[in-house]
Amino acid sequence: MDEGFFENGEKMEQIEIKDFYLYYGKFCALENINLSIKEKRITSMIGPSGCGKSTLLRSINRINDTIEGVRTTGQIFVNGKNIYDPSYDIDSLRRNIGMVFQRPNPFPISIYKNVSFGLEVNRICSKKSVMNEIVEKSLRDVLLWDEIKDKLKKSALTLTLEQQQRLCIARVIAVKPQVILLDEPCSALDPVATRKIEELMLILKQNYTIVIVTHNMQQAARVSQDTAFMLLGKLIEFNKTSTIFTKPKKKETDDYVSGRFG
Amino acid sequence: MKKTKDKIIEKIIFICGILSIIFVALIFGFLFKEGIEFFRDFGLKNFLGSAVWRPTSVPPQFGILSLIAGSVLVTVGACIIAVPLGIAAALYISELAPKAIRDILKSLVELMAAVPSVVIGFVGMVIVAPYVRIILNLPTGLTAFTGSLVLAFMAMPTIITISEDAIRSVPKQYKDGALALGATNWQAIRRVVLMAAMPGIIAAIMLGIGRVIGETMAVMMVTGNAAHIPHSIFEPVRTMTATIAAEMGETVRESLHYRSLFAIGLILFLITFIVNFVADLFSGRSKNQ
Ligand SMILES: Nc1ncnc2c1ncn2[C@@H]1O[C@H](COP(=O)(O)OP(=O)(O)O)[C@@H](O)[C@H]1O
Ligand SMILES: [Mg+2]
Repeated sequence: MDEGFFENGEKMEQIEIKDFYLYYGKFCALENINLSIKEKRITSMIGPSGCGKSTLLRSINRINDTIEGVRTTGQIFVNGKNIYDPSYDIDSLRRNIGMVFQRPNPFPISIYKNVSFGLEVNRICSKKSVMNEIVEKSLRDVLLWDEIKDKLKKSALTLTLEQQQRLCIARVIAVKPQVILLDEPCSALDPVATRKIEELMLILKQNYTIVIVTHNMQQAARVSQDTAFMLLGKLIEFNKTSTIFTKPKKKETDDYVSGRFG
Repeated sequence: MKKTKDKIIEKIIFICGILSIIFVALIFGFLFKEGIEFFRDFGLKNFLGSAVWRPTSVPPQFGILSLIAGSVLVTVGACIIAVPLGIAAALYISELAPKAIRDILKSLVELMAAVPSVVIGFVGMVIVAPYVRIILNLPTGLTAFTGSLVLAFMAMPTIITISEDAIRSVPKQYKDGALALGATNWQAIRRVVLMAAMPGIIAAIMLGIGRVIGETMAVMMVTGNAAHIPHSIFEPVRTMTATIAAEMGETVRESLHYRSLFAIGLILFLITFIVNFVADLFSGRSKNQ
């Protein structure tokens, strides 16, 4: 079913990266990236550590702008608009493209306030009852509600790491983004918690476009439909996940997925 | 050979530690002894229940209320000025200022901390006080308000440097997380960075207050030293510390007046102790989180 959609090209291209370069000072971290990501699929980015996966992911919501000395050329189109155009509204971009970080980073405030944070700063709703509803729904969507519904006022830092990561996902989907970026979301979690987060991603895929960075190839194979393989700041190969893992076109990809390096 | 050397150094450090505890205990014991004797002779109720401080009249009167009022007024005034300014400066330095300006400001703050209090008092007396008098159209420039201004200047370096440390040690992921949710830079700072740094900022404020409460020289030079209950912050006042410093030289050892100054010291000690205790409570709570 899913594959059929892809073949017929019915799914829209949500993110299109064109001739994209990124420099940290003089160091060129991304070189001539061209990639298009389709909506409501999971796209994974794999490659050895330091190849630029996080950098590319962080370019899609322009959170790299917070690092001193970052320079880019080229374009990234989201819904057909170039987000690197000077007139583009970055705050609304980031609202539309949520991000989950490598280490769970709930704010040191209450669980409830963590989820309502995005609603408040984006002025999505002011009515308390509406806000309560959205907070509950978001926590239900990440399968956290039943565990924590009695301690919403407690500090988010009292949760386990896995719960914290779910909370971080909940706080992203509360503002109803179209895209969710995940940067090695399971690297701080044990295998059981990892499985649970992966199952969650497969559910979320129905409503969101998901891009996940991982250095765990099994994870990429388990959850994603498309896979991009990167090496030393370059995009080596981008294709359907099954193709990347069974009959890659490039020798570097083959070496990597068969475990010869990385 | 090495072992004996280690042993000796260990012993020296141990003795130093014990000595510092002994000194503090001695100071407190002395303060307590003289203070208690004063309370026995003069009565705790007369001391804490009156605002008339006339140690040399006959019979002498030792009502501490006006001195406490003076200290509290000057201290609270200093905090109202120094806390918002200090936190704003810390935020600007750590989050908003371009790197070049940040470095300049940081050295300026360090310079501020290095000015001796008697110099600050002198500047307060010959420059700030006349301006306070002229601008506010007061009979004298030596007021509680002037004292607050001078003390605020002294508390700010403490508040700024420690708050700035607290703000800067907030993990970058917090701010990134807030920005990634569509918050503006200012929203991220106010709602997340500042919240995360709050225990440290409170500790900074407490330490700033501690500096202000204990300050003597500068306050004595600019507050006018009138021992009465003030009706506004624009009147002269006298603080507890200034009273001790000004009168200690004129008293006869072992006299009632002499002991009354120790009693003031005891009250001051109690207040600082409470402030420190509250500060500890806050920083302790942040560690448990
Ligand atoms: N803030 C930074 N400043 C300078 N260089 C950086 C910064 N962040 C990452 N890099 C460099 O960019 C390259 C890609 O890093 P990154 O995107 O984190 O790789 P990955 O996520 O694939 O492990 C690495 O060589 C790294 O050293
Ligand atoms: Mg990375």
